[in-house]
Amino acid sequence: MADRLSIAKALNEALRKSLENDPKTLLMGEDIGKLGGVFRITDGLQKDFGEDRVIDSPLAESGIMGTAIGLALRGYRPVVEIQFDGFVYPAFDQIVSQLAKMHARSLGHVKLPITVRMPYGGGIGAVEHHSESHEAYFAHTAGLKVVTPSNAHDAHWMLRQAIASDDPVIFLEPKRRYWDKGDVGDSSDLPLHSARIVRPGTDATLIAYGPMVKVCQEAAAAAQEDGRNLEVVDLRSLTPVDFATLEESVKRTGRGIVVHEAPVFLGMGAELAARLTERCFYHLEAPVLRVGGYYAPYPPSRVEESFLPDLDRVLDAVDRALAY
Amino acid sequence: MTVKSTARARKKAAPGVPGNLRAGTGAAPELVQLLTPEGDRVEHPDFPLTTTPEELRALYRDLVLVRRFDAEATSLQRQGELGLWASLLGQEAAQVGSGRAMRPGDYAFPTYREHGVAWCRDVDPLNLLGMFRGVNHGGWDPNEKNFHLYTIVIGAQTLHATGYAMGITKDGADDAVIAYFGDGASSQGDVNEAFTFASVYNSPVVFFCQNNQWAISEPTTNQTRIPLYRRASGFGFPGVRVDGNDVLACLAVTRWALDHARTGNGPVLIEAFTYRMGAHTTSDDPTRYRGSEETEAWKAKDPITRLKAHLEKEGLADDAFFAGVEAESDELGLRVREGVRSMPDPDPTLIFDHVYAEPHALVDEERAEYVAYAASFEGGEQN
Repeated sequence: MADRLSIAKALNEALRKSLENDPKTLLMGEDIGKLGGVFRITDGLQKDFGEDRVIDSPLAESGIMGTAIGLALRGYRPVVEIQFDGFVYPAFDQIVSQLAKMHARSLGHVKLPITVRMPYGGGIGAVEHHSESHEAYFAHTAGLKVVTPSNAHDAHWMLRQAIASDDPVIFLEPKRRYWDKGDVGDSSDLPLHSARIVRPGTDATLIAYGPMVKVCQEAAAAAQEDGRNLEVVDLRSLTPVDFATLEESVKRTGRGIVVHEAPVFLGMGAELAARLTERCFYHLEAPVLRVGGYYAPYPPSRVEESFLPDLDRVLDAVDRALAY
Repeated sequence: MTVKSTARARKKAAPGVPGNLRAGTGAAPELVQLLTPEGDRVEHPDFPLTTTPEELRALYRDLVLVRRFDAEATSLQRQGELGLWASLLGQEAAQVGSGRAMRPGDYAFPTYREHGVAWCRDVDPLNLLGMFRGVNHGGWDPNEKNFHLYTIVIGAQTLHATGYAMGITKDGADDAVIAYFGDGASSQGDVNEAFTFASVYNSPVVFFCQNNQWAISEPTTNQTRIPLYRRASGFGFPGVRVDGNDVLACLAVTRWALDHARTGNGPVLIEAFTYRMGAHTTSDDPTRYRGSEETEAWKAKDPITRLKAHLEKEGLADDAFFAGVEAESDELGLRVREGVRSMPDPDPTLIFDHVYAEPHALVDEERAEYVAYAASFEGGEQN
């Protein structure tokens, strides 16, 4: 039984179900109460669950993150909203030095089941600090799980699983896809770290996550017209990575292209390309290529289209991979 | 021209640093004190305290044993048994007074120097040494004694304490929390954010600042232009400055603050005005930044000698008692020495333990790689 929902609504429903199922689950963040969040992801939740469980916090990101850790130590299960990607940096110490490490530091005595929700990425014409893709910082830090859905169905079950996880989860929401609709059914039995073959193909594997999955699907559809049969894999989880699915795909197609919005240099693509090269070397017909942002601050929105990978840049990489 | 001269005039007219902020100058008029440096009992109208002779003797015992433990750890560092030690020398009264004010259900969030508070919470002293020896990063179960892991990043734990206190309110419990931090930490954003959250949510948290006058080499005047306890008023809750070398005053003020917090009146800031007699850590050299006359002046306010003087003057303890504490202190010293020296190095696979609560493919894979790599050496030796 599937409902057709936007990603935003699917996330809202997931939060609602999590609040219903566990009285220890709390939402915290700026403007998440009466306003329902600047993207309305928490719309109506404070009205139904009260100010005690859907908490409008002071405007202090480190404070939100640090007090969420304290609440988790007291037995609560906080779901924190960071209003925009570029505002998370004031909370960086609390996330990477405290949240990520407390389980290990306590030799397993302390669990911090905290979900940090963050809209991320560009493509909506926003001002500075509202379009960043900082997944590599968090994925680089052991102790955190980092996941990002690309569609409404995944948004729903992945958020519910993130909240249910006993580990801290950085839950990145592709903000430019918030209004994309899709069928939302139940996949709660899927493990949170599983990648998904979105489109099977034979000539090359496009690996993407979050907002870039749709771009890669469009590129694969366009390439089909040229007689090229591309496989598209949605990574879903950035740590842990479902390498088994990636390896199997790349060994079969002989070519891998990683696509993300974040700068290519030292990004997720660098890690994926290196590992795939190590593991699939004798199966590769071409080096694993990367398509992503440039090594520059996220640009003003009037030129962001030149910064962000689009269908043409992906197809250009496909041409290069197939030319070997 | 005009602008310049105005600026100069302004600078000239700016008020100087209040005398009570200068390191080493001691008590401000508003300092709460119940026991003078000479060991005489005095009363404070806002913080009455009745104590039995047994309680006073127990506090003395705490102070002596905590100092002994600390001295032992410093020696062990010098002998190469610990990589580092952060001594609490001089701050025993602030820690024992505040620590003994807590009830079992209360929770403490320490920095890395609260060995005396840990003692009051019944945490085995040897557990505190694991981090400094390098065998773990903490390692005790914080929920067993309601004493959180040491936090090294300055001020980060004040937010954890505040969040924990927010949870107490949600639970409808009558517990309270103490967040420990230093004068240097008062400059951190996290501490100020903790003040905001605690105040806005009226949380039962006592912010216990041990102003030991020095943040490594920086005096308190590099952190603030007003006495630290007055910071609280800007956030809308009470602040109190207490003689941090007076165990009775620290006990009375903290007990009051915890009750104030637990009964729904919100946070309190306590500034325990004290002095770090030793170095910041064993890696520090305080002779580079402060004079010996300052340290000498504070020696006259020593928390242990003043309580001992009181016990003697009032005839509350005899020689046998003091000798007994001394003997107990020797036993503790021996236990700590032997305990540290026989502390085993962890198995290297500890690296991979507890990174996540749930299985993680990459961690599992790297553990397997490491185990195979290590086994290849063992095999080589056999051949």
